[in-house]
Amino acid sequence: MLKFLAFAGMILLAPLYFKGGYLMNVLVFVGIHTMLAIGLNLLLGYAGQISLGHAGFFGLGAYLSGVLTATYGWNPWLAMPLAALMVGALAFAIGFPILKLKGHYLAMATLGMGIIIYIVFNETVELTGGPSGLSGIPNLAVGSLTFDSDVKNYYLIWSFTLVTILLTLNLANSRVGRALRAVHDSEVAARVMGVNARLLKVQIFALSALISSIAGSLYAHTMTFVSPASFGFNFSVELLTMVVIGGLGSIYGSFLGAALLTLLPEFLRAAQDYDIIIYGGLLMLMVMFMPGGLVRGVPDLFRKLLKKGGANHA
Amino acid sequence: MRFRCIQFFSAVLTLFVAQAAFAAAPIKIGALFAVTGPAAFLGEPERNSAKMVIDEINKAGGVKGRKLELVAYDTAGDATKAVQLATKLIKDDKVVAIIGPSTTGESMAVIPVAEKEQIPLISCAAGSKITDPVKKWVFKTAQNDALAVGKIFDYLQRHKQTSVAILTVSDGFGSSGREQLKAQAAKFGITILSDDTYGPKDTDMTSQLTKIRGSKAQAIICWGTNPGPALIAKNARQLGLKIPLYMSHGVSSKKFIELAGEAAEGIRLPSGKVLVADVLPNSDSQKKSLMAFVKDYQNHYKAEGDHFGGHAWDAVMLLKGAIEHGADSPAAIRDQLEKTSSFAGIGGTFNYSSQEHAGLGKDAFVLVEIKNKDWVIVK
Amino acid sequence: MQFDQLLQYTLSGLSTGAIYALIGIGFSIIYNATGIINFAQGEFVMLGGMLTLFFLEALKLPLWAAIPCAVAASTVAGLLFERLAIRPLRQPTPINLVIITIGGSILIRGLSMLLWGKDTHAIPPFSGDDPIAIGGATILPQHLWILAITVIIVAANRFYFYHTISGKAMRACAYNRRAAGLVGIDVRRMVLFSFIISSAMGSIAGIIVAPLTMTAYDVGVMLGLKGFCAAIIGGMSSGLATVVGGLLLGVLESLGAGLISSGYKDAIAFIILLLILFIRPQGLFGKAESERV
Repeated sequence: MLKFLAFAGMILLAPLYFKGGYLMNVLVFVGIHTMLAIGLNLLLGYAGQISLGHAGFFGLGAYLSGVLTATYGWNPWLAMPLAALMVGALAFAIGFPILKLKGHYLAMATLGMGIIIYIVFNETVELTGGPSGLSGIPNLAVGSLTFDSDVKNYYLIWSFTLVTILLTLNLANSRVGRALRAVHDSEVAARVMGVNARLLKVQIFALSALISSIAGSLYAHTMTFVSPASFGFNFSVELLTMVVIGGLGSIYGSFLGAALLTLLPEFLRAAQDYDIIIYGGLLMLMVMFMPGGLVRGVPDLFRKLLKKGGANHA
Repeated sequence: MRFRCIQFFSAVLTLFVAQAAFAAAPIKIGALFAVTGPAAFLGEPERNSAKMVIDEINKAGGVKGRKLELVAYDTAGDATKAVQLATKLIKDDKVVAIIGPSTTGESMAVIPVAEKEQIPLISCAAGSKITDPVKKWVFKTAQNDALAVGKIFDYLQRHKQTSVAILTVSDGFGSSGREQLKAQAAKFGITILSDDTYGPKDTDMTSQLTKIRGSKAQAIICWGTNPGPALIAKNARQLGLKIPLYMSHGVSSKKFIELAGEAAEGIRLPSGKVLVADVLPNSDSQKKSLMAFVKDYQNHYKAEGDHFGGHAWDAVMLLKGAIEHGADSPAAIRDQLEKTSSFAGIGGTFNYSSQEHAGLGKDAFVLVEIKNKDWVIVK
Repeated sequence: MQFDQLLQYTLSGLSTGAIYALIGIGFSIIYNATGIINFAQGEFVMLGGMLTLFFLEALKLPLWAAIPCAVAASTVAGLLFERLAIRPLRQPTPINLVIITIGGSILIRGLSMLLWGKDTHAIPPFSGDDPIAIGGATILPQHLWILAITVIIVAANRFYFYHTISGKAMRACAYNRRAAGLVGIDVRRMVLFSFIISSAMGSIAGIIVAPLTMTAYDVGVMLGLKGFCAAIIGGMSSGLATVVGGLLLGVLESLGAGLISSGYKDAIAFIILLLILFIRPQGLFGKAESERV
């Protein structure tokens, strides 16, 4: 809990340091990506089930919110939970057949699901605006306060993200979390112990989709524009990378992974055309030298450095 | 690489000298181009052209004694990135105007930012909805798709090929073209018999063409950018399709002829005048701009300038025009831009007004046919 | 629906499918020897095409010489990839391996983009491009090349895996790595072999398809994905099942585009794949596995 309060404090005070510059805008996306990474981490890190189609759920949330508000004039606060429930229900329904699959078959099926959703965004032109996107999505507002600037959005998004972190931390340390880890280690053993593994996996899949959908709605209302290209296979892979680089099964790790992968392109921009090579190379080096992810690798690194320092002193 | 270094140092040097010579700070112009990613065929020539023309302007002493400085970012064709970078240009770099983005989707995403922050945006994308309805801070230089569609339909109508099949790519460019093709067909008395699409990364379109072969279409109109249309041309040749093939301005570059080879012969397409600059009559008002652009591009990059690069060239020149009229703040530049009249650029002759932020007329396009691996103007 | 249209759809689908099959077998070979889904497989397909172009244009080699050079160079790339990225991995969990191959594919794609630019390039066909009519449908000579080379490679593969010592050793690794190690098979060497074979196969697929589809630094992504699907339908077998998987995928796409909707053709193919997986979770040809506790 202390760790969470310290983290929340740090997040809430960050804007004072950055003073509303461009980096604020990037940090808004770090928040959205953190939510997504946590959603996927629940599935991958805790339940041990891979998904290569989470960008689809993210996109569904964004498009449902976008279409309901921009085309049908709904209140965003109403559209968002409805979108989340619909996406959650959809995930729950397809979870049963899909999670029967294992390993690379599951990877393939989720990948296929993501691609189908992406194609639907592209082809239902009347509804979604097709490949050129959907514009005119309103910002979220509370009373007369409209979330239309980076600083306001920062606080909006991060309150959602912090709540997500808090809830998932609780979940991970609860009975459900322990049952999940049991399923991760050995599904058969977990079943023998009386865990309804199948239902549990499907529930987590649905929860994970629901979180992604909320992140999608938030994305739509901050960007005020969505287009299918943001929800393709590449983004699913990027999410997966965030989770693994951050550290499987660690909520704070998901934050670190999301932050690193969102901020990295900003630092690599100076390298111009070489950025893609550096990006690919870094990804490989990270996995080679920090196989447990940032959340375990960085403390290890410090420990090693300290040891060396200590040895020198002695 | 060495070339780049030298370029960089000479840029730094000229900047340094300029700073010493004039007390006035350079005027910063932002640019968002999709230099990498699926729309790189647009972004790369655009960035090159913008850099080139700003170099040339500064070499000639700048505008009213002040140098221009280009801050260009790569959006990789991604709307999210485009919005972030637009914010960066406005907040961190403090530019007075933004050129780009390259694609319609990105432009639509960036428009709310430009409107809110009150920075003029000159989009290089073709979608009609960018400036229709008119938005106070948004202009565009690329010819509307509607004009290109009109050019083809006009020809078809005159040659009595009124039943057509359309085959469009499922990305922003293709879907915008498809929308226009469907919207304008009735006006020209044209019936669309079949409406098919293909994916931007597809490698075989014989299925779609076989289906079209089975219909009674008198012509095929394909809307896409390289390499898809070149594949379609090859597939059509394989299937022995006899009906004429029309393409969009998305493939009006030598690259298309190179890719499609033999299969390109006889294909007709609407194109900006830059393709046929050397054969235009001297009386053409655009000729001077076109020849300058083609020559400079050849000198700078040892490559042929295309009309995509021309969009960025036009945007910079429009800004230069506004700054020449004494504007150096975003608001003043916007007001001056709106007063632009009969500026003969690469894309056509621009006339902006408070009701018109696209500014081009029907004369922006010519219809060309590919004959013996070269372009011939079709009347 | 006319017969010649149907024939055309099927023929187009089969030739595209043959390419998916070749790429898919590349996936399977590595998977069976190592348990890795090599997401960089598509990049070797791209390397095949781009390197052929490089040898043709930069070094002015004739086509018959450029092709083996390109295959050799891509194979070296595959070898380096295994030695530099896969072998040094300290915790080779499946998910880490997935990320590292994704990183590798980004790296290879980026290097190719810097080396050869972003343009798409055409490659001349092996033997002319005058269409050949087959009962109302037409194909190109290159399609025959593709089908013939696929058959040869699949046959060679079968021979290697069932009639040579090193092929049998590799199969042993696929069944049980530890047991294979215990009977004296150098497992690491087999892993290296698997990368060499599959990068060579990937590049051959890239070369034979390039005259039809043209090539660019980013063609590997889509082809790799389709090849992966083919391998999954075939139950990750490195033989006929994956070939059937590839052909099935190709034909489904082609029929979907022609008969139902061109916009949804990939979706149709994927929906059918999902249905197959739902009904037969162990792949179209796989036997149900009992789980070891």
